[in-house]
Amino acid sequence: MEILKLTALELSAKIKAGEIKVKDAVKAALDRIKEAEPAVNSFVTIDEAGAYRQAEIIQEEIDAGRMTGLLAGVPAAVKDNLCMDGILTTCSSRILSGFRPAYTAQAVENLQKAGVVILGKTNMDEFAMGSTTETSCYGPAKNPHNTGHVPGGSSGGSCAAVAAGECFGALGSDTGGSIRQPGSFCGVVGLKPTYGTVSRYGLIAYGSSLDQIGPVTRDVSDCAAFLEAIASHDPKDSTSVERPDYHFTGALVDDVKGLRIGIPKDYMGEGLDPEVRQAVMEAAAVLKKRGAAVEMADLGLVRYAIPAYYTIAAAEASSNLERFDGVKYGYRAEDYDGLHDMYKKTRSEGFGPEVKRRILLGSFVLSSGYYDAYYLKALRTKALIKKEFDKAFEKYDLLLGPTAPTVAPKLGESLGDPLKMYLGDIYTISVNLAGLPGMTVPVGKNREGLPIGMQLIGKPFDEKTLIRAAYTYECATEKQYEEVVLDINTAAKEAE
Amino acid sequence: MANKISDETIEYVGILAKLKLSEEEKEAAKADMEKMLDYIDILNELDTSGVEPMSHVFPVNNVFREDVVTNGDGRESALANAPKRREDSFEVPRTIG
Repeated sequence: MEILKLTALELSAKIKAGEIKVKDAVKAALDRIKEAEPAVNSFVTIDEAGAYRQAEIIQEEIDAGRMTGLLAGVPAAVKDNLCMDGILTTCSSRILSGFRPAYTAQAVENLQKAGVVILGKTNMDEFAMGSTTETSCYGPAKNPHNTGHVPGGSSGGSCAAVAAGECFGALGSDTGGSIRQPGSFCGVVGLKPTYGTVSRYGLIAYGSSLDQIGPVTRDVSDCAAFLEAIASHDPKDSTSVERPDYHFTGALVDDVKGLRIGIPKDYMGEGLDPEVRQAVMEAAAVLKKRGAAVEMADLGLVRYAIPAYYTIAAAEASSNLERFDGVKYGYRAEDYDGLHDMYKKTRSEGFGPEVKRRILLGSFVLSSGYYDAYYLKALRTKALIKKEFDKAFEKYDLLLGPTAPTVAPKLGESLGDPLKMYLGDIYTISVNLAGLPGMTVPVGKNREGLPIGMQLIGKPFDEKTLIRAAYTYECATEKQYEEVVLDINTAAKEAE
Repeated sequence: MANKISDETIEYVGILAKLKLSEEEKEAAKADMEKMLDYIDILNELDTSGVEPMSHVFPVNNVFREDVVTNGDGRESALANAPKRREDSFEVPRTIG
């Protein structure tokens, strides 16, 4: 039986039926990781012994009939900014080298309670700052569809791992598009929940008012199941929201009749790759054919989202990353002259260029004399952007557009011009500013075989409508999870 | 409007950010920041007078809870991460005179 071709839900069903043992699923994933890692570099830590230990315990629970959940026995991976008790957690940064947290992030603990086996930690842009996974101190992850291209970022490792069949699902985090954009580039499903849906306890913070943890999966059904497993009200995160309904798999309904869908005109204009545009419009036509009312829509202030976002995110990052000072954990510089010199040397040697760039910008916009002109101005803009979404959602149940303006760029082409790289976040970033749920669904490939993603944006706390629309699209197109066949030898040669 | 970051400003921001920058890095940071600020300045096209700065998107209030210890004694696992420790303390360079 080809375990690796199954979705997470199919795999768990077979495990619960006694057709597959958890340890065999773990072995299949670990074998695939060994085969694919030289080419994709999507993992930074692989916990082989721990995975087999978990598999044994979960198998016992399943056999005893105590563990019956949808994801019981499924091997998955988590992004390296999620703390796990005793497991190396570095945010792909030198400054956290050797850090083993004393506790586990709530979202990861929720997965473990659901019977998911955690295989290891995935590669990411350093501290989630980047759009390509090239700012990682471990070297870039590669796109499994073409290893000469980036997987996107910052959750590039999680998305590449799912696309390469190294795991049956993964957790990422999304501050400005960091689940949706790499999901789009890697041809997998990714969802950023409404702010407050998934506890941020144990997520190493980047931009606290924007960060959310979310699932990366092979198909829409798996996405709903992973979201259902990780979402919870958590008193340990004071921004966590108690929701009346966590039954996201209940939204796996093949029906969009009467659903009002708006396509923001400003998401389909200048700067959008024609092949991406065509694929997204075709996907919209599929939903229209299934009975949704689809039309072009007005959504204002799109061009102001990126400058507002980078101001707010940099400000929060400069504050959040102050804790990395070489005292309590991670890297400390070798030679220093007193306490302040130790702080400065440790941070200068421990952080990479993109992280330093954002800390400096953030320190500047928060400094006295500039605080009003930059930081408060950005927060006022955020209020206006939120209002634009509120207006759009008076007319529509969801918004539909591309996830990113292009397909995955080639390796090495993005970091030279940061501002240009930031512009690639144009469609995803305002969703974080407004705290909304957003989802990426694969809708085809371009001529070179690189995946294209459609983004669905919902009202606050309305993930279910996104899942229903995405599921209907998947059913209509009979889209099934396709294993990416990596030519390891060719990829290894290219890497040389 | 072209922003100009002075040597004094980048020096000051470096202190706030607790980063030691080489001369080369300072020049690069100045150029980077000027370019970003020029871009951020398009926000000035928007009239935001009378708009309240929005820090949280949903109408939530302060969340209070009793300050009760729920986790166990994590002293050893916390100290195990210290780059330098002395017995039960994090070791740092001399801080007072």
